[in-house]
Amino acid sequence: MVRYAFYPGCSLDVSAVAYDESVKAVCAKLGVDLVPIADWNCCGATEYWGHDALIAQALIARNLARIDPELEQVTAPCAACYLNLAKVDRMMREVPAAAERVNRALAAGGLHYEPGRVRVRHLIDVLYEDVGRERLTEASTGSLDGLRVAPYYGCQVVRPFCDNDDSEQPVRMDEVLTWLGAEVVEYPVKSQCCGGHMSQISENEAFELIRRLLDCAHRSGAEVIACMCPMCQLNLDAYQGRVNHHFGTGYHLPVLFFTQVVGVALGIEHDVLGIGREIVPAREALRAHGATVVAAAEGGRDVP
Amino acid sequence: MSRRVGVYVCHCGSNIAGTIDCEAVARAVGERVADVAVSRDYKFMCSSLGQSMIQEDIEKEKLDRVVVAACSPHLHEKTFRRACSNAGLNPYLMQMVNVREHISWVTKDQVEATRKATAMVTGAVERVKRQEALEPQYVPVNPATLVVGGGIAGLQTAIEIAEFGHPVYVVEREPSIGGHMAQFDKTFPTLDCSACILTPRMSEAGQHDCIHLLTWSELESVSGSVGNFKVRVRKKARYVNSEICTGCGVCEEKCPIKVVDDVFEAGLGIRKAIYMPFPQAVPKMPVIDTAHCIWFVRGKCRACEIFCPTKAIAFDQKDEIVELEVGNIVLATGYDLFDCRRLPQYGYGRLDNVFTSLEFERMCNAAGPTGGRIVLRDRETEPRSVAVIHCVGSRDKRTNEYCSATCCMAALKFGHLVRERIGAEVYSFYIDIRTFSKDYDEFYQRVMDEGVHFVRGRVAEVTDVPRSPAEEGKLVVQCEDTLLGVQRRIPVDMVILMGALEPRADARDLALEAGISCSMNGWFTERHPKLDPVATMTDGVFLAGACQGPKDIPSSVAQGAAAAARILGMITRGRVEIEPVVATIDEERCSGCRICNALCPFHAIEFDEARHVSHVQASLCKGCGTCVAACPAQVIRGAHFMNEQIFAEIEGLLADAWSDVSEPVAAFAAGGVDD
Repeated sequence: MVRYAFYPGCSLDVSAVAYDESVKAVCAKLGVDLVPIADWNCCGATEYWGHDALIAQALIARNLARIDPELEQVTAPCAACYLNLAKVDRMMREVPAAAERVNRALAAGGLHYEPGRVRVRHLIDVLYEDVGRERLTEASTGSLDGLRVAPYYGCQVVRPFCDNDDSEQPVRMDEVLTWLGAEVVEYPVKSQCCGGHMSQISENEAFELIRRLLDCAHRSGAEVIACMCPMCQLNLDAYQGRVNHHFGTGYHLPVLFFTQVVGVALGIEHDVLGIGREIVPAREALRAHGATVVAAAEGGRDVP
Repeated sequence: MSRRVGVYVCHCGSNIAGTIDCEAVARAVGERVADVAVSRDYKFMCSSLGQSMIQEDIEKEKLDRVVVAACSPHLHEKTFRRACSNAGLNPYLMQMVNVREHISWVTKDQVEATRKATAMVTGAVERVKRQEALEPQYVPVNPATLVVGGGIAGLQTAIEIAEFGHPVYVVEREPSIGGHMAQFDKTFPTLDCSACILTPRMSEAGQHDCIHLLTWSELESVSGSVGNFKVRVRKKARYVNSEICTGCGVCEEKCPIKVVDDVFEAGLGIRKAIYMPFPQAVPKMPVIDTAHCIWFVRGKCRACEIFCPTKAIAFDQKDEIVELEVGNIVLATGYDLFDCRRLPQYGYGRLDNVFTSLEFERMCNAAGPTGGRIVLRDRETEPRSVAVIHCVGSRDKRTNEYCSATCCMAALKFGHLVRERIGAEVYSFYIDIRTFSKDYDEFYQRVMDEGVHFVRGRVAEVTDVPRSPAEEGKLVVQCEDTLLGVQRRIPVDMVILMGALEPRADARDLALEAGISCSMNGWFTERHPKLDPVATMTDGVFLAGACQGPKDIPSSVAQGAAAAARILGMITRGRVEIEPVVATIDEERCSGCRICNALCPFHAIEFDEARHVSHVQASLCKGCGTCVAACPAQVIRGAHFMNEQIFAEIEGLLADAWSDVSEPVAAFAAGGVDD
């Protein structure tokens, strides 16, 4: 089995703890061996690029350079982290002059990254390609029991790099969740923007973007939204109440990380998956498919 | 062995002289290479003055060999061979050096370019001194012609050749000839009915004494060469006896199985399991679709057989291989429509009321699935607004970078038809409107006057997810209007995707069989993009219609006619010259091991069982040299590629006639081109 360098990123440490917990639980269950990068640092998200490109690139490349030389692949669950790692590796491969600049900066810390040395992959690709349909189907306990899920990919996992899926109407998460017994609903806005940090800068713009995503999920009959980006999850979950207040709507849609949904399918206890950390509670929706809900979940945490 | 070689270095205006110091090359070779009697440079060697310069030198200077350093031999080898011939020199004692495509067009450094040209010319001098006089051979041209593809381009070729009384075989993969044009409703820009102008041609082809239609047939293999091809055609079993079927249609009426017709009706309509694709089909005879016929699937039914008044149903029919001998082949295999599912953001296959251009053609056609009514997928509701999206799969780095050439006009035609028939609002989303041909732009003006709205910008997506009450229940086309500089969302009832024209899925297989090549995009490659768009690099194989690149009907017809004219010329002349640069086997020394037999890519080597030796058929040999290299006894000679000729050429290349003559080049490089 291939071992993967694991880049958790800051969000998984702080705001998206549920993502971190569920990624680890799911990977352990499926035998996907994640080796965290020792002394990793923030990828700078989208902000640092606007401030100073070289520093932004070097920050990201430092993480690539610190990957255990025995490992050939790195995976990151956070969409921004994944995109940053992929972007810098690709830029260093395609523009030798840029690679040289970045490596000169890394040399100050005694580090060097050979462009293309590791393959950067999002966790969904690891599940889709490496674990694959057969093993996922086998591992499924049937706990999803036709839970109606809206698959929300957001921007950064599918754009601009999308070598193996469609960047406008991707299907990989749809397929993985379908293999595991979910009923994936038609969700045409699956790769549209959630507004990202607009929720802090210009609320009205952000509210409209979030409303569109919630509205489409609601119309398509979804019981939960599954996403693959901490920012998306935060916007759809934490701002759902304010969006309702702003527009006078009444959406009540739990927003989970896709790994949490995968974990439920694999029969992992809900609190181990961080279910209950979300603001719009998912328990009710999961309980609706109650016959197979893992009993231990009942004692799980609840956000006050 | 002393020779008198004439060397001629062409400037080709500034094409060559812009990079290579031609005068210096001529001087260096003239002064330093043995046996060079004359060495000149000239602005245009291919001009009549240039040619007569060579002729005069041959006569006055008693030249017995000639080297011309100019463009590709594809362009002017014949010109210079003729010049030599006119002066009494065997044309195969002339050697061309391609200093334009191989040096000046691909080299930036003038000194390097000049050195390389000198080396290549020296090599050519050394090789030409050892070349032998060759005599061309002639083979008769079989007057029969094979046309692959029975669309409008192929039919034009077939009819024009047949009119001169020569036999033509038309191989068509579908049950009827007619091609894509038979599916269309109206043709731009005149809006005459497609069937009205096509079906007379179809019946003419069907009834012509000299045209033999092989419909429901596929080309299996091609062997031989210009003048004398042998082709094998698979006539797929129709399960209908063509001798007695009257085409009455009772079988079709009685057949209980309905099948979605993905070919002729583009998936919009249905047919039966025994069917003629359309009423005017030629030949007027059905075929049985064995994938759906109950008899073939479950061994029951036979309704067609029971009701056939002439007992023409033949369930035991088998595929048949027909062998034909023809002198020339025309490929007119057309195009495939882009699979619009490849751009999921436009929703085809996911959103009901998104249609392809071909579906819309069928919908507009009075003989089509909706009887010519423009309606939504429910077959009832007329749309009140229609979006037409251009360039779906064209001019797009993700799919095809080329322009499909026909879709702008087809999109304008659709706009007109919608306005005329149902008066709905039409929004045409374009990147650029390309209406380049005769009367095309006038048609664009007319459609604008008819009230079609044009929005400039590539559509981002078509969605059924509403953002406002006005968008409820609509398809919303999201697009940046690049003239207004704003994002627009336009709700409509129906969307038509103008899919790209793509090479046939199996075009590369056919190209391989016919011995021609395909462009990067997969279109068949013509001999010359401007000056010979009809022939291919394989003599006797011609192209017509969209298989060579996206083309509308007038251009396809013109190319079909041009192919016919070329072939008629060859038939009239009666013979073709065969290049004598071929391999020959020394039969005295051939051991009969047969290693060369299987290696020859042109099947040109046959084995004489009686004498136990191999023999090269000159008319099939292309002089590739594979057998020469493979012969363990080294008894195969490749004319013009003998060991001593090639070694002499290599030694000439390496002699570096340029060494220590760098001064004039440096001056040339510093001073630029002096003309």
